[in-house]
Amino acid sequence: MKDLLTALRTPRGIVVAALLVLLGVLPLLTQAFDQRYVLSIGTRVVIWSIAAMSLNLILGYGGLVSFGHAVFFGIGGYTVGILAHHDVFSGWIQWPLGLLVCALWAAAVGALSLRTRGLYFIMITLAFAQLVFYVGVGLEAYGGDDGLNIARRSVFSGLIDLRHRPTFYWLCYALLLATTFGLWRIVNSRFGMVLRGAKSNETRMLALGFPVFRYRLTAFVISGTLGGLSGLLLANHDAYISPSMMSWVKSGDLIVIVVLGGMGSLTGPIFGAIAFFVLEESLKPLIDLGRKGWGEYWQIVFGPLLILVALYARGGIDSLLGRPPRSGGGHG
Amino acid sequence: MEYFLLQVLNGIQLGLLMFLLAAGLTLVFGIMDLVNLAHGSLYMLGAYFAWTFMGWTGSFVLGALLALPAALALGVIVELVIARRLYARDHLDHVLATFGLILFFNELVRVLWGPAGKSITLPPALAGTIDILPGVPYPTYRFAIIVVGAVVALFLAWLVTRTRIGMLIRAGASNRRMVAALGVNIELLFTLVFGLGAILAAIAGLMAAPIVSLKIGMGDDILILAFVIIVIGGIGSIKGAFIAAMVVGQVDIIGRAFLPDLLKKVMSSSAASTAAPSISQVAVYVLMAAVLVWRPTGLFGQRQ
Repeated sequence: MKDLLTALRTPRGIVVAALLVLLGVLPLLTQAFDQRYVLSIGTRVVIWSIAAMSLNLILGYGGLVSFGHAVFFGIGGYTVGILAHHDVFSGWIQWPLGLLVCALWAAAVGALSLRTRGLYFIMITLAFAQLVFYVGVGLEAYGGDDGLNIARRSVFSGLIDLRHRPTFYWLCYALLLATTFGLWRIVNSRFGMVLRGAKSNETRMLALGFPVFRYRLTAFVISGTLGGLSGLLLANHDAYISPSMMSWVKSGDLIVIVVLGGMGSLTGPIFGAIAFFVLEESLKPLIDLGRKGWGEYWQIVFGPLLILVALYARGGIDSLLGRPPRSGGGHG
Repeated sequence: MEYFLLQVLNGIQLGLLMFLLAAGLTLVFGIMDLVNLAHGSLYMLGAYFAWTFMGWTGSFVLGALLALPAALALGVIVELVIARRLYARDHLDHVLATFGLILFFNELVRVLWGPAGKSITLPPALAGTIDILPGVPYPTYRFAIIVVGAVVALFLAWLVTRTRIGMLIRAGASNRRMVAALGVNIELLFTLVFGLGAILAAIAGLMAAPIVSLKIGMGDDILILAFVIIVIGGIGSIKGAFIAAMVVGQVDIIGRAFLPDLLKKVMSSSAASTAAPSISQVAVYVLMAAVLVWRPTGLFGQRQ
């Protein structure tokens, strides 16, 4: 805890704390100004932050470019959706099962794909995600391509009412805080050090006697399970699932968020998710100001922006706050 | 039996199209070490260029021929402005930047050509059928794709194995620093290879257009398949890409043509027609996973 308090006194700590407080009171603000749409975007930001943080564990700290992370949106979401379709609404069943399926899938995919390197790893993770995507498309009983409406959000025996939007938001927010804390513990533990060591010099870690493969596989499973958590939340938020939630474009978006925010920075993905959704929501009206009706073409600005980030801003938003105190920067 | 033969031909036709796309991708990766997700955008733009030129000239063949230099110019511009700055970076930067390029090109097409899909009508000479065996008709256009695809594939094989440029390409793929040290203008070679890839992608795109119709993002899904192909074949290997493309083409066609009837025996016919195409897609990815488990660098990839 002492580390946490020291971290709070740095510029990064202040920005992060302010941001987290702002996110925490968002429902009060949106209620005060009667902006339900903003709360919906806020919920998406928080859910995507969890997903991006989970990807950051393997991408930023592990150096493993997984191009299929949105599959866990899909698996988590489909577990909720399929169970709800069969009138099982209990969150006590839906959520643990969803996480378990994600963990198992991550273990299987990780065991196979971590044998490969470089572009092969990028492509095999993508291929496994596409595989699940097409299974989703082929599931005619669960809507196939069109997806499936979820009649009710998960029920936790009356303990918490997820239909109440601010309550649901705060649940997501609490889970984001828990994820942040958990990942903070992980990346600064011995386990996290081995993972990061293997990113910068795998041969050396092997020579030191660390079973790098097993460490990476464990990280992959943790990452997938957390990704599944965001999938459960996303399905509950949208009350709808479809294969498009795990399309490869979504996986690309997650990578974009992680890099935009700052790879290998604990809170970078939160910055990235905020920036991504704020850009999406603000570029449209901004371009509309310049020329009416052109706002829908916002990606014509966003695309080149990504190219610029890739070329000139490796550290992402996080690097604007100076170098992190203990964890190494995002050197690829 | 006739049905079977026709489906095999369809598989070859699809495989050749995907080979054209995959060949450019594997060349660019093999030589410049660049993961180019935007290769599918070149495929899409090749088709849109062809559509526009066909409208101007009123001729299918002329429009298609005019689209090729346009695609070459586009490829060269992309190489000079963006791709060239990426070669020295790591794969993650490639993914990010070329993902941005995809978003840009998809929106650009929406702005320039509008959101509605477009279709290319075939000239009467290509619209009919020809007898490939006495009494066995096959669509002329699909047959033309097979012929053109085979000719381009042979040309590519000749270019890479029998010419000086091909020699430089192969040398660049195995050791680009050495090639540069020997006085070859490696930057020009890179631009040429990128442009060649763009032309191949455009040929694939414009030939597929009359069959699949033009739409925004048409290159994205087939790009993933092209990546699967080069990964199965071994990145950088044109031979590997060819073999993998043929196999994937057949797997896909078998799934589409024969699986629905088989599945209808065990499930309702609507469920079968939804499930069959996705099972054939799934089969392609399972094939890739199996190959990579067996050989982590693909069938003809260089061992590390």
